Amino acid sequence: MSATEPVLVPLEYQEEELTTLIGPDWADRLLHAYRWMVLGRTLDARMLGLQRQGRIGFYGPATGQEAVSVGAWMVSKPQDWIFPGLREQLLALARGHSLTTYLHHLFANDLDPARGRQMPCHPTAREVHYVSMSSVIGTQISQAVGTAYALRHKRDPSVAFAFFGDGATSSNDFHAGLNLAGVLDLPVVFCCTNNQWAISVPVERQSAVAHLSEKATAYGMPGATVDGTDVVAVFASLNGAAEKARSGHGPTMLEFVLYRMTPHSSSDDPTRYQAKDWMARAQAHDPVRRLEDLLARRGALDEAKRALIALDADGEVRGAIATAEKVGPPLSESLTTDVLASPPAPAGTGSDGS
Amino acid sequence: MPTQPLYRKLRSERRSNSVADPTPSTAVDATGAEARIPSTDLLGVYRMMVTSRVVDERCLTLQRQGRIGFYVPMQGQEAAQVGCTWALSPEDWIFPAYRELGVALTRGVPLKLLLDQFIGNSGDALKGRQMPNHYGYRAFRFVTASSPVGTQIVQAVGTAMAARRKGEPIVTATFFGDGTTSSSDFHSGLNFAGVFRAPTIFFCQNNQWAISLPREKQTRSETLAAKSVAYGIPGVVVDGTDVHAVYGAVAKARELALAGGGPTLIEAQVYRLGPHSTSDDPRRYRSDEELNAWKAKDPIARLKHELLADGQLTEEADHEVWESTKAEVAKALAASEAMAPVQPRTMFEDVFAHIPLALEEQRDQFEALSAPGATKP
Amino acid sequence: MTELTLVQAVNRGLFEAMKSDPDVLILGEDVGVNGGVFRATEGLLKEFGAERVIDTPLSESGIVGAAIGMALYGMKPVAEIQFVDFIYPAFDQIVSELAKFRYRSGGQYPCHVVIRTPYGGGIKGGLYHSQSPEAYFAHTAGLKVLIPSNPADAKGLLLTAIHDEDPVLFLEPKRIYRSVTGEVPDGDHRVPFGLASTVREGSDVSVFAYGAMVPVAAQAVDALGAEGIHAELIDLRSLVPLDEKALLASVEKTGRAVIVHEAPRFCGYGAELAAILAEKALYSLKAPVVRVTGFDTPFPYALEHLYLPNAERVAHAIRTTAKAA
Ligand SMILES: Cc1ncc(C[n+]2csc(CCOP(=O)(O)OP(=O)(O)O)c2C)c(N)n1
Ligand SMILES: Cc1ncc(C[n+]2csc(CCOP(=O)(O)OP(=O)(O)O)c2C)c(N)n1
Ligand SMILES: [Mg+2]
Repeated sequence: MSATEPVLVPLEYQEEELTTLIGPDWADRLLHAYRWMVLGRTLDARMLGLQRQGRIGFYGPATGQEAVSVGAWMVSKPQDWIFPGLREQLLALARGHSLTTYLHHLFANDLDPARGRQMPCHPTAREVHYVSMSSVIGTQISQAVGTAYALRHKRDPSVAFAFFGDGATSSNDFHAGLNLAGVLDLPVVFCCTNNQWAISVPVERQSAVAHLSEKATAYGMPGATVDGTDVVAVFASLNGAAEKARSGHGPTMLEFVLYRMTPHSSSDDPTRYQAKDWMARAQAHDPVRRLEDLLARRGALDEAKRALIALDADGEVRGAIATAEKVGPPLSESLTTDVLASPPAPAGTGSDGS
Repeated sequence: MPTQPLYRKLRSERRSNSVADPTPSTAVDATGAEARIPSTDLLGVYRMMVTSRVVDERCLTLQRQGRIGFYVPMQGQEAAQVGCTWALSPEDWIFPAYRELGVALTRGVPLKLLLDQFIGNSGDALKGRQMPNHYGYRAFRFVTASSPVGTQIVQAVGTAMAARRKGEPIVTATFFGDGTTSSSDFHSGLNFAGVFRAPTIFFCQNNQWAISLPREKQTRSETLAAKSVAYGIPGVVVDGTDVHAVYGAVAKARELALAGGGPTLIEAQVYRLGPHSTSDDPRRYRSDEELNAWKAKDPIARLKHELLADGQLTEEADHEVWESTKAEVAKALAASEAMAPVQPRTMFEDVFAHIPLALEEQRDQFEALSAPGATKP
Repeated sequence: MTELTLVQAVNRGLFEAMKSDPDVLILGEDVGVNGGVFRATEGLLKEFGAERVIDTPLSESGIVGAAIGMALYGMKPVAEIQFVDFIYPAFDQIVSELAKFRYRSGGQYPCHVVIRTPYGGGIKGGLYHSQSPEAYFAHTAGLKVLIPSNPADAKGLLLTAIHDEDPVLFLEPKRIYRSVTGEVPDGDHRVPFGLASTVREGSDVSVFAYGAMVPVAAQAVDALGAEGIHAELIDLRSLVPLDEKALLASVEKTGRAVIVHEAPRFCGYGAELAAILAEKALYSLKAPVVRVTGFDTPFPYALEHLYLPNAERVAHAIRTTAKAA
């Protein structure tokens, strides 16, 4: 925290504008969005604490990026496919993945659907069409494109959303994925969460373009740069891109500019590479506070309600932690299962089948 | 079409090109007049293009006769290759693909040395290890080509970064096709070059086909040069059958790179008049009409026409150019075919700087086994 | 039964799979209009249309990455990599993703992709059209690796692969694409995984080979019959899962083993076979295990005939092994 409280950059939407962009029920919807954002924020803070206490092994926060996950939740339909990047866990939760199950994953215990095989923050949530992610940067991008092909092939009116960071725009699969989606005109929305850092590498060092969305030109698709800490803008841009894809008009690349408000992960020390004023700039664009401020100014949120929402989130997170922490480690048999469909025991009889 | 998505656009401000490099990119006037090939060079350029064509046709025949194993022709791309290389300095490094005969010849690689590589004999600088067309000659700053497409692109950027660091006033030029713009290393190479402002010229010969895949199925990008936008670098489209246009674009890109202004992507639009390689049958996937339309734009005929018009060439002199070139090629070929085959022992060299013990053992076993009568019971 | 070449058998297998299952589709470079550079996909575009036979841009990571995405949705993509030598841009998608999806998601996201690709030397392809990188993939948990040596197995293993639940790397010995012909059962012919095939029965020495080395080894084995050495030749054909029983049973009978592959020796697939024999059949062995392999060098162009194991080298190894005390 810097000594002087940074001045929040306010969201300047008028009621009519919100009605046009979101609908007449904008207040309810934004309040709901706000709840999720608070939950995400609370979870991050608690889990980073637990990691420091040695109670979980690792944590990758999404603080500062909540508006993208929540905006995508507002836009996406249950049958749409989500290919997450590193920081979209809140999207899985908002789409209905149980918080307790996610905590089982963070504790890598026996009730983790992936049986504790992956590092924390790599959840799989098939029931909400949230695809298993790997740690390898970018690989999900071309996979999302393949799924988009299958969606169209099967006349499924759903859309694939691929999330990835600014660093991932340099990966092979970014190039492969966007090119293929462009050529085949597929129903996919590319969502680049430009948090301006790839661990210690600033985005200026990642690419010489002014806006990462310009990369869309190389693949013959539209691209736009969006304020990723403004949930209304995130919603509106994603909604446009998703509808475009859904109606058979092909892919779009959206770049959400936002601020990473924490270390890259629990293993990282940003004081080694970030300028001193970074956090102040980031806080001025805190997506949770910006929405809170908007809702308050538009009369949809008062202090009592705000406190209640915070309390609820805290209680929910505490409850889930308490439940998950009680569960033991995965059974050792899970060391060898799920490698192949059938057990890897040699099947041969030693004789020629014919 | 649905209406444009609604959102607030961020202020559009161009970032300083690179945090690594404070050199201003405005040092060079990128809109300067196009350089032209000195008129006294034009006959030399023409002769080089003719030589490329003659070697190419000869090699296709040699392959059919079984005298070389494989061949990748480059007909239709002579102006692009010769024009580009003409604009480079001999000190500049070349990172070619497998179709760059015109580049190698312009660089001065002797004909016989190239033919030795096609045959894979004991005169081959690569010791018979690579398929024909995958040559490289250190003395000519012409780096050995590989088959996996695109790998040379990012390598060229690395060399350019190193040269710049050492203060050498050179550029690197890398050659690749339209299909190769989809490869991983195209992406990495151009991105690195943009970020580190490497003095590299990306010379893409868009010959309209990647084996059987036409250009429009390769990418939705409006032009291939437009891909430069994704890397924050300049991109130019040139008519690759016009040797002047190619030369001008390359000369400008070179000047920009040397002044610290970074890389340029040049798309030279050409046509592959022949098959992809001697293993390919283009009639399976493209029409005669298309081929004939491009044949009418044969770059050699185009330059010849110009030379005839301005009196530098007569029909008789032209005939002489072709005939003397053919004689030169025949002579070099005879010399190459007289060379001994490559020595089996060389197979074990150059894996590492020194042959490891285990490999020495494999070599000795191999030699013992190939001694006369060694395998008889 | 129809007499086919190996590449025709692959083509028939693909045809059969696409005809019987609308979820099977093909993607790769030059697979559509051109029918594949080796013609393995000849005629499929015409029969099944461009939606199921997809000519892709030149990007192997795109091909495999997209195939993974299709498989996640429940399709059965068969990706072609034009030469296995060009598979490395997709290595990440294969090793980090395809092989690990099932495991890392606790079984929720099985990912069934078949990757077909020609491999091996003998066509004067130099360094980059000749390699045998099966060991990289066999080393990767979660991938099955198959290498047929004859047309019937090519079709039968390919169909089993396409209808399997796991990712499969299907390596096709391009050197014998056309030189080997054989009777191939019509229709939905399947050869099970994990089952080696005994090509020659014998009692003196066991010879293990796969792919294009099977006919080479067979030639050696046949020649040695005249010298009174009766070698048993086993075609492994399914590298993962391996028919370990066949391996051990043969060596228990003969007490001698020769392993043949064209990939380099060091850490090659043969090293695993030798290790299994050392662990589980040591007391049956009467002589050291011998490997006949490519050299520990990149693959050469002009000298490929010397690099590749030939019948003479295999025969020499069998003879030496048979005579060792
Ligand atoms: C292929 C690959 N290379 C390197 C890493 C190590 N790594 C993990 S996250 C990361 C930075 C990613 O940056 P970005 O894409 O901007 O996403 P962010 O972490 O900022 O959300 C790196 C280099 C990796 N996981 N995968
Ligand atoms: C990584 C890789 N994938 C596939 C191939 C097979 N291949 C050889 S050339 C070629 C097409 C290349 O097209 P383009 O880049 O347009 O160059 P051109 O041959 O037209 O000069 C393909 C697919 C390869 N050599 N490398
Ligand atoms: Mg081309």
